[in-house]
Amino acid sequence: MGAPAVEAPVFEARDLTRIFEPARGPLRRLSDRMAHREPERVRAVDRVSLAVRQGETLGIVGESGCGKSTLARMMAGILPVSSGERRFKGESYESLLARRRDALKVQMVFQDPLSSLNPRLKVGEIVGEAPVLHGIVPRSRARDYVAETLERVGLPADTIGRYPHQFSGGQRQRVGIARALAVEPELLICDEAVAALDVSVQAQIINLLIDIKRASGLSMVFISHDLGLIRHLCDRVAVMYLGRVVELADTEELFAAPAHPYTQMLLAGMPKISLERRQFMPIQGEIPSPLHPPAGCHFHPRCPIATAHCSTTRPELRPIRPGQVHACLNAPAG
Amino acid sequence: MTEAFFKVEGLNTWFFTRAGVIKSVRDVSFDLRPGEVLGIAGESGSGKSVTGMSIMGQIDEPGKIVSGSIRLNGEELTALSFEQMRRVRGKRIAMVFQNPLMTLNPVMRVRDQMYEAIGEHEHASHAEMRERSIEALRAVGIPSPEERLAAYPHELSGGMRQRVVIATALLNGPDMIIADEPTTALDVTIQAQIIYQMRRQIDERGLGMIWITHDLATLSELADRIMVMYAGARMEIGTTAEIIGTPRHPYTRKLLESVPSRNVPGQKLRQIQGSMPSLLMLGEGCPFASRCERATDICRHTLIEQEFSPTHRVWCHHPHEA
Repeated sequence: MGAPAVEAPVFEARDLTRIFEPARGPLRRLSDRMAHREPERVRAVDRVSLAVRQGETLGIVGESGCGKSTLARMMAGILPVSSGERRFKGESYESLLARRRDALKVQMVFQDPLSSLNPRLKVGEIVGEAPVLHGIVPRSRARDYVAETLERVGLPADTIGRYPHQFSGGQRQRVGIARALAVEPELLICDEAVAALDVSVQAQIINLLIDIKRASGLSMVFISHDLGLIRHLCDRVAVMYLGRVVELADTEELFAAPAHPYTQMLLAGMPKISLERRQFMPIQGEIPSPLHPPAGCHFHPRCPIATAHCSTTRPELRPIRPGQVHACLNAPAG
Repeated sequence: MTEAFFKVEGLNTWFFTRAGVIKSVRDVSFDLRPGEVLGIAGESGSGKSVTGMSIMGQIDEPGKIVSGSIRLNGEELTALSFEQMRRVRGKRIAMVFQNPLMTLNPVMRVRDQMYEAIGEHEHASHAEMRERSIEALRAVGIPSPEERLAAYPHELSGGMRQRVVIATALLNGPDMIIADEPTTALDVTIQAQIIYQMRRQIDERGLGMIWITHDLATLSELADRIMVMYAGARMEIGTTAEIIGTPRHPYTRKLLESVPSRNVPGQKLRQIQGSMPSLLMLGEGCPFASRCERATDICRHTLIEQEFSPTHRVWCHHPHEA
C-alpha cells in the first residue's frame, strides 16, 4: 500500500509547535507582571516534524493530552500554529489557505458527528453547501451531486432531506465523511473518527474508509488511541507523548520491534483477544500534567531505562533502521 | 467449584414509553460465585447496562422490572423496599461507572465523599473512617493516600479519579461489585494498571464482580466467564475459554471476527451487515436473525436454548461447530 518515497509528500510539518495560554484580563495580566509570574502555558504540540506521503495512511497514536488532536487541527488548517512550518505538496499553508478553493484540499472527519454537523441543516445542505459555494458543482446539479456523494459512503439517496439527529451514530459518521469528500480533498484527516461507535458499526466505517482510499488514492491521517485499528489501517505510525513524537516507523516494524520504551509500554498495555488470563503488570506512574511536563525527556519519570542524562536532555528523533526513527537517549540504536 | 452466592433468574426489565414498550432486558438469567468475574459483553442497546441497573434497583419510571428474581445470599432483592434496598447499595453491592467525574461530587473533597459512604451504613469514629479510607486508597494503588484525602476530584487525573471511585466501592466490604465500562474512558497504560488492581482485590477478598463492557479483548484477559447479549437477550454464556476459543453463536463469532487483530492488516474487516433492530419491533424469535447469515424461517419465530457443556449455553437454532 505504501507509495514510493521519492514523490513530494502531500503534507509536511517542520518543528510544528502550538502553545495554549489561558485568556487573561487586564487585571490578571497586571497582577501577573507585578508578581513576576509567568502565565501558565501548555505546549500541546512541541516541535513536531513529520510528513504524509502521497497515497499513504499515516497513523498518529497516543494517550489523552499527547497533542494528537491539536496536531490534527493544525494539519487541517483550522488551528493556527505558534511556530513551525506546514506545507501542502511543497507549498506553504499561508499561501494555500489564502486561496479558498485550495484550502479545501485538506478535510477533516471528527469524532462526534452530532457536534460537528449543523443540527439545523438537512444532509443535502450539509454535504452540498461547500461544493456549490466553491464552484465545484453548479447549483443546478447540486442535488444529483449530493446523491452521488451519499452513495459513495453507502447512504441511500433518499436520506438527502433528513436532519443529522434522524440518523444512527454510524450513519451520521457516514454523513461526516460525505461532507469531507464532497469538496474533493487530497488529504483526509480522521480524528478518532470511529471511537464513539459500536464494534460492529466501527468495522463498517473502517471498511468504508478502506473502500474510499482504494477508489480515490486519497492520502489519509488516522488519529486514534486504538492500537488495533492503527495497526490495521496505517502504513506508518507516529507515536506521541506529551506533545512530542517519540517514535515514527513503518507499521510492521513498529509492532514487531518497538524501539522507544513508551511505545513498548503502550503495546504491552494493549488489550488483546487471548485465551490466557493475562498477568497484568502494574505500570508505575501516571501521565504527567501537560502544564508541567518533566524536563528533558518527558517520559523519563515512568521509564524503566532512564538515566540521569534523561532528566536534563531532550532527545531528538534519530534513525535506528530504515523507516524507523525514535527519540530515546538509551534505547539501542539499530 | 464454590456455590453461587448471587443469582438472577428470568429477569425482564421493560420501559413503557409513549412510543411503545421497549423490552431492554428479556428473560436473562445468570449467577456469580465468590472470586469470580463475570463479563457481560454487548453493544449499545444490548441491555447490558440495564441489567446492571436492575440489580442495583435503580430502574426509574417509565422503566420497570416486569418479572424475574434477583437473589443475593438467598435474599430476594426485588422484594425489598426502597429503604431496605438503600442498605444493600454501597454496602453489599457496589457499583462503578464509566465516568468518574459524574460519580464523584465535584465540590466535595475525596475524604468527605469516602466518609459519607461509610457513614451511610454505620456509625464509625472519625479516626476509624480515616484509617479505612486510607487503607482502601492504598489497596487500589494510590500513592501517598494521606495527601489525596484532601484533594478535590478535579485535582486528580482520570485514572486517579477512577481509582478513588473503586476505593469507595471497596470501603464497606461489599459481596460484589458491578462495574459498567469502568476503564473505557481511560488510556491503555492506565487501564492496564486499574485492571491489575481490580483483579487483585477480587482474588484477595473473594469478591464477585460483574464487568459490563463492549470490549471483548479486555474481557478475554480478565473475566472467568462471559455472557454475550444482543438487543436485550442472552445469545451465549460460557467460560472465557469457551466464548473466545469455541464461540457457537453466529453473533459472538462475527463480533470476534470483526476485531482488527483477527483480520489481515490493510484488508477490509469482516463486518456484520446491517444494524440492530429497534427494540420496539422485537418479536418472539431471535433478535439477531435479520443480520444473521445462518438464519432460517424458524429463527424469526422462536428462540431455543442449547447446552454444549455444563457451563456453555447458546440461544440459537443453528450454532456453529466447535
